[in-house]
Amino acid sequence: MSPSSSHMKLYWKKNLQTLAILLFFWALVSFGCGIVWVEELNAYRLGGYKLGFWFAQQGSIYAFIALIFIYVIRMNKLDREFKVNEE
Amino acid sequence: MDILTWTYLLVGLSFALYIGIAIWSRAGSTEEFYVAGGGVSPLANGLATAADWMSAASFMSMAGIIAFSGYDGSVYLMGWTGGYVLLALLLAPYLRKFGKFTVPDFVGDRYYSKKARVVAVVCALFISFTYVAGQMRGVGIVFSRYLELPIEWGVVIGMAIVFFYAVLGGMKGITYTQVAQYCVLIFAYMVPAIFISLQLTDMPIPQLGLGGSVAEGKPLLDKLDGMLLELGFGAYTSGKKSMMDMLMITLALMVGTAGLPHVIVRFFTVPKVKDARLSAGYALVFIAILYTTAPAMAAFGIYNTLQSTSQKPIAQLPEWVQNWEKTNLIQIEDKNGDGKVQYLADPQANELKIDKDIMVLASPEIARLPNWVVGLVASGAMAAALSTAAGLLLVISTSVSRDLFKTFKPSLSEKKELRIARFSAAGAVLLAGYFGINPPGFVAEVVAFAFGLAASSFFPVILLGIFSTRVTKEGAIAGMLTGLLFTISYITYFKFVYPDLNTAAHWWWGISPEGIGTLGMILNFLVCFGVSYLSPPPPKEVQSLIQNIRIPKGAGKAYEH
Repeated sequence: MSPSSSHMKLYWKKNLQTLAILLFFWALVSFGCGIVWVEELNAYRLGGYKLGFWFAQQGSIYAFIALIFIYVIRMNKLDREFKVNEE
Repeated sequence: MDILTWTYLLVGLSFALYIGIAIWSRAGSTEEFYVAGGGVSPLANGLATAADWMSAASFMSMAGIIAFSGYDGSVYLMGWTGGYVLLALLLAPYLRKFGKFTVPDFVGDRYYSKKARVVAVVCALFISFTYVAGQMRGVGIVFSRYLELPIEWGVVIGMAIVFFYAVLGGMKGITYTQVAQYCVLIFAYMVPAIFISLQLTDMPIPQLGLGGSVAEGKPLLDKLDGMLLELGFGAYTSGKKSMMDMLMITLALMVGTAGLPHVIVRFFTVPKVKDARLSAGYALVFIAILYTTAPAMAAFGIYNTLQSTSQKPIAQLPEWVQNWEKTNLIQIEDKNGDGKVQYLADPQANELKIDKDIMVLASPEIARLPNWVVGLVASGAMAAALSTAAGLLLVISTSVSRDLFKTFKPSLSEKKELRIARFSAAGAVLLAGYFGINPPGFVAEVVAFAFGLAASSFFPVILLGIFSTRVTKEGAIAGMLTGLLFTISYITYFKFVYPDLNTAAHWWWGISPEGIGTLGMILNFLVCFGVSYLSPPPPKEVQSLIQNIRIPKGAGKAYEH
């Protein structure tokens, strides 16, 4: 199968969709919750943390880890589906 | 045993371990020297990347920077971790599939041009030298503080150790010593953090301790806000930086992280594309252990400092304050002559000056931990500095032997290339050592420079090289040069030419030199796109190269041309 076939185009399109969704959440937790809406979120609390402050110094980092592992799982599945996975 | 004996013992043992690993994992071929033979497991690569990434500054200074800037310090926490998401999603898997040894390799092939490759080599060398000088200085500082040796001696000993395993082992030696160094540094960071968290908040996990309550049942962060406001500082949980600047700095650090050549090259060492994705995930987990603990260390540190010094009689300060006064990292001057310490926001009345590194370096003593913990923290700081230095030196030597010599003399035999790589590694160690002993003015500005340059030069052209088939060599070269020159000029103008003007009022749109890499990156993107559409599209082979790196199947070992 040639790399430019419609099969591969669909694989690439699904890859880009995955990236767009994950990067949206990447920006949301850091730039959104950690910086732009930090004051608003600080009105809420998470234990002894103000919520916005928690996002900026803890939460965003946990979210980043989750995003990478979601990506790994999702791409491994996509690779198998399109039979482009490595042996 | 006293502190000095413990420190010598633990630092000595850790050095013996690194040398042992270096002898066991000597590199025999260029492939082993450049990318450890491409056979590193994702877990080992994750550990090595974490050690590679976390420098002397992450280990010693970051907690202190956050302690004194509170919420504003979040830019470093988010910036230096968020970059791994970009790396994992946008760069690492494709560069692994591309399957060569260096970032300039990719730029040269994708942009079908030796010129583009040389521009990339210049960027790589510039970034790496800026960064490595700071690491060597860091090694020297650790030696001088803990082992009571002059800084020069410390740098020389550090050079000797790095020389041994980087020159001998290349990437293979560096990878396995970095795995060991990660274990040493994380253990050294966590032990004091856990004990201090227990003492202050009864929580054994510092990340929970930061959200915990101090003795009177009041949340630690609220208590800290109150104490700082009373002394005339801003609240700990809110910042002084403008939102624009926060956004720009965070993005510049994220993109810069993803564009640093010594970090990218680590993903060439794993066997498969899916391993590259997974090991970026592991790397971030290992990095996050330290990066989520650092803000806790920061708050505990500033809280303990305020509790034990503010308004206390100078004669009765705790022992650790007196100890670190000797090193000038803590300075007390009784300006109003009342015999007590006044720590205040007003510089005229403030009587206490604390170096930011204190929050980590003095942590074992603040928590009254046994002497061996002090030795442990010293060897941890050393591990952090050495591991980063080694990764950078490898990029420098590879750039010289492969990207310069091999490019212009393709007939070079593998044996000769390996010898040149070793010689240039040796040369780079000597040069880095020289800069460590005679630090140029820019060492303190490493953050602004290295990240700004990585963000504004590499990241856009690598990203577009993968995700666009239309971007051309003309576009890439023009983009890299524009980003690089713009960022260098802005930083140089405000940091060196007119440091007096380095305030928000004079910055463009309120963007500080630390955040200007973001603007440099945007310019790079724009110029790259614009010039590409004006120049003829890339040739067919390049089109199929791009199609090829987009699918994981068929990633062999890193291969020769």
